[in-house]
Amino acid sequence: MATPVSTAQGEATPEGLRGVVSDWSADKQAFRVPWGKAMMWIFLLSDTFIFTCFLTGYMNVRISTTVPWPNPSEVFALDIAGAHIPLILIAIMTMVLITSSGTMAMAVNFGYRRHRANTAALMLLTAGFGATFVAMQAFEWTKLIVEGVRPWANPWGAPQFGSCFFMITGFHGLHVSAGVVYLTVVANRVWRGFYDRKGSYETVEIAGLYWHFVDLVWVFIFAFFYLW
Amino acid sequence: MDQTVIPGPHVAEPEATEQHVEGQQHPIRIYFVIWALLFVFSTFSYLVDYFHLHGALRWSLIILFMLLKAGCIVAIFMHMAWERLALKFAILVPPLFLLILIGLMAVEGDYTFLTRLTAFLR
Repeated sequence: MATPVSTAQGEATPEGLRGVVSDWSADKQAFRVPWGKAMMWIFLLSDTFIFTCFLTGYMNVRISTTVPWPNPSEVFALDIAGAHIPLILIAIMTMVLITSSGTMAMAVNFGYRRHRANTAALMLLTAGFGATFVAMQAFEWTKLIVEGVRPWANPWGAPQFGSCFFMITGFHGLHVSAGVVYLTVVANRVWRGFYDRKGSYETVEIAGLYWHFVDLVWVFIFAFFYLW
Repeated sequence: MDQTVIPGPHVAEPEATEQHVEGQQHPIRIYFVIWALLFVFSTFSYLVDYFHLHGALRWSLIILFMLLKAGCIVAIFMHMAWERLALKFAILVPPLFLLILIGLMAVEGDYTFLTRLTAFLR
């Protein structure tokens, strides 16, 4: 607390816009965690509402359409070595994302143990898995676009399938891509010893929160869009 | 879980003693267990589709595995299990209100579906 603003009688508190600033930055702490962690949680809470709105919109159009919904199990099937395997690409993407979540948890753990090299390496590995996920998603999008899926039409049934697919997976893919950049930046700082000098590795945990959230959102998309 | 070896924030509040245990440090084993569980649950939910389960069984299994995975990620990987109750409430309670939105939109979707049926059948 550099300049304590007291609410006691007789003490002058600023009015107008200055008053707003001083009141909102009055050093009253509700959550006993680093501020960055509290803010990341609140951001993730807002993101939860965004993704729920998307999934709820998808639920609404899927309930209300009179045309049969395309079967995701078949739409996302792949022919691998002559065998026709349903939904296999999505299953692999799910495993890649879970693996990346595990390596991220390890990175946070090593960070708090001050293993600088291990932390940076595991974060870069996590970002690598994330980039792999995005690449597989690009492959999936390309395949569907070639097969004629558009936001307004597709060859198999309800036209709303395309708009839901591109909006939901696109927004999630954007989150993964942003996460890859975020993790790479933080990993670079870890590697250069920035957090050793700062004396705290909490930034690594905050980046981890974001990354686990991206995995969490995928759990819901996997269940409701691909499996339902 | 052995609570004595998990120095979470709730025990890290001695009055004057310098606490040098930093942030969220937990035995590495628990992460491996959760990691493995996530793979198991994901495989199970994939098998639900692979074996073409249908109807209420399919939907309840999908939701069960989804909630188990979400719980593992939030509680352990995101360390929510070790946070103080104030933060848990602030983050986990608001999403519950989304259930109202989901319920309303489901009703609305059914209504639109029925309206379309009557309009198209005419």
